Amino acid sequence: MSMKAWWLAFVGGLATLVVIAVVVARIYGPATSEQAEAPAESTTPAPVETAHITATLFFGSADGQGLVPIRRDVPLAGNVVEQGRQILTAQLREAAPPPSVTVVPEGTTLRAFYVTDQGDAFIDLSPEVVSRHPGGSLNELLTVYALVNAVTANLPAARRVQILVDGKEVDTLAGHVDLRRPLTPDTSLVRQAEASGK
Amino acid sequence: MRATTLLAALLIFVPTTRPYAQDGTPATPVTLVSREGRRPVPTTLQGGRELVPLDEVVALFGVSVREDALAGGVTVSYRGRSIVASANRPMVSVEGRIVTLPSPVVRSGRRWLVPIEFLPTALASIYDRRIELRRASRLLLVGDVRLPRVSAAIIAGSPTRAEVEIVPAAPVAVTVERGRLLLRIDADGLDLATPPAGAGLIDRIRSGDQPTTLIVSLTDAAGTGRATVATANNITRVLIEVPAAAEPRVPGPESRVPGPESRVPGPAPRIPIVSRAWQTIAIDPGHGGDDVGVRGARGVEEKQLTLDVARRLKTMVEARLGLRVILTRDDDRTLSLDERAAVANNGKANLLLSLHVNGSRATISSGAEVFHLQLDRESEGVVRAAAVEGVALPALGGGTRRLDLIPWDLAQARYLDDSARLANVLQEELQRQVPMSAQPIRQAPMRLLAAANMPAALIEVAYLTNPEQAARLGTEDFKASIAQAVFSAIVRFRAWSEEPRRP
Repeated sequence: MSMKAWWLAFVGGLATLVVIAVVVARIYGPATSEQAEAPAESTTPAPVETAHITATLFFGSADGQGLVPIRRDVPLAGNVVEQGRQILTAQLREAAPPPSVTVVPEGTTLRAFYVTDQGDAFIDLSPEVVSRHPGGSLNELLTVYALVNAVTANLPAARRVQILVDGKEVDTLAGHVDLRRPLTPDTSLVRQAEASGK
Repeated sequence: MRATTLLAALLIFVPTTRPYAQDGTPATPVTLVSREGRRPVPTTLQGGRELVPLDEVVALFGVSVREDALAGGVTVSYRGRSIVASANRPMVSVEGRIVTLPSPVVRSGRRWLVPIEFLPTALASIYDRRIELRRASRLLLVGDVRLPRVSAAIIAGSPTRAEVEIVPAAPVAVTVERGRLLLRIDADGLDLATPPAGAGLIDRIRSGDQPTTLIVSLTDAAGTGRATVATANNITRVLIEVPAAAEPRVPGPESRVPGPESRVPGPAPRIPIVSRAWQTIAIDPGHGGDDVGVRGARGVEEKQLTLDVARRLKTMVEARLGLRVILTRDDDRTLSLDERAAVANNGKANLLLSLHVNGSRATISSGAEVFHLQLDRESEGVVRAAAVEGVALPALGGGTRRLDLIPWDLAQARYLDDSARLANVLQEELQRQVPMSAQPIRQAPMRLLAAANMPAALIEVAYLTNPEQAARLGTEDFKASIAQAVFSAIVRFRAWSEEPRRP
């Protein structure tokens, strides 16, 4: 009799431990299962981004005397500002296809981009555009107008472009070209003959 | 029935003929000026409004007029385009578009009369030549006629000064005659504002016998007048200075007037036009201090080369031309572009040259380049608005003096044409001495040049990124060649700038 009672107590205790284990598992369990699901969700929108537009980017001509327009696919975006960011990101990241040369200093990144209702676009660049600029009047003109033209050539909503550095208005990038006002595109620097280089 | 007819006749009679008889013709007729000549435009005044009979418009402009009795209107046609007008309505329809007029179209018996404003507004929009009404001077300009507005102001005193302003700019030839100055303005006619009353040694300013001459007559106490003609911003200004005669002028052909230029008897001499002689030039050695500019392969820095060439130039110009030369920096210091412009502007320099050395990612780039300022459309608009609106300040001795307020950082706007010429002269002289780039002259929105209150250009003497040019840049020979070329350009540009200006 006492043996039987002791046995019942043992089984009861075991059951209690199991219940506690389940409760503990329930408290800590869900976190891990949600973490496992999260990456699966974030990867699903990726195929939507396969829609692209063909944008015109600008690089230095082989002789360094002008700009050449080069067409590149960039992801399609839902609005003008987002599309501008995509185009400028491509303009800053793409290596110049030989024989054309890079005119925006390597390492320059886009901090912000926005367009006002009046059609003034603002490109806010990281400080590398100044600190790594090699200098020279023409070189600076090409840097400025590669960016200005890349915006106005692809975004009809933007008529003029002002370049900011590190969130602030600047006089110039390298001591020559006036950046205090929004600039209209300069097509006189563009060499149409080399337009086919892709 | 009879009473109604009479009443109707009265109604027609009263509004049309009564003011007609009362108001009559204006004191000064309107004159039509075209390349073919001048013709009076017969107008009548009715109730303070000036009207032109349509049959005169037919005679003057060759339009055809057809009355539409049914509609109570009249159609004026010219080369297939037409204007429809209705009696008593202050508007007309021009090719279906409504053009308002300051007073109604009037039908007087069988005659139609239109307000004079009909000509520059409605008729001008179907006519193949420009029609412009200059109300103050009572002139109607037709076609491409050059009829600058001429205004004058006199500042009494000894010497007495006068300023004649011609807008838009036109070439002016000044002749000194006894007791007067004769201004011949190269135009089809003059739109002369009411001249100011005489003051000081100037008796009066009036229009001459020919439609393009202006006479500044002097008092007996006046000596020989001098005139300076300057054109800027599409405005020609003739500054006249009349000193007092040492002794009262005696009428007669033998009279001698003391003064710097002794008068030559015979035909009236063309007086030398004195322009501001150069005193100072400013040279800006590009970059400096923390800003090294372009860095060459062998550690050569742009800032060193620009200072070196600038110092050579300073020595040459001071020694050979006797001009004061201001360097924006004479050591290795960091200067903002505004500080550089301020040095030149405050020093009242007649010229600013900024020296630079170029750099390119394409190492084959080589040769010298000259930059002059290009204003963007918005800045041009600001400058144009300043020139049009201006500020009129009362001038001593009556009249007003106009000031164009241009933002200080767009000071270069007045010198765009001079700077373009300067760039050309620099390019021509440089190419005699050193290799030039494929496009040796460029116009761009250059920050330093925008703020320069004098003719200005930026010179990129060579490419430091081109190995061959970098090697040459270090040589005495090359630096001397650059200095010599820029020196020659300064000499040529100064000669042009100081010579009597023909706009």
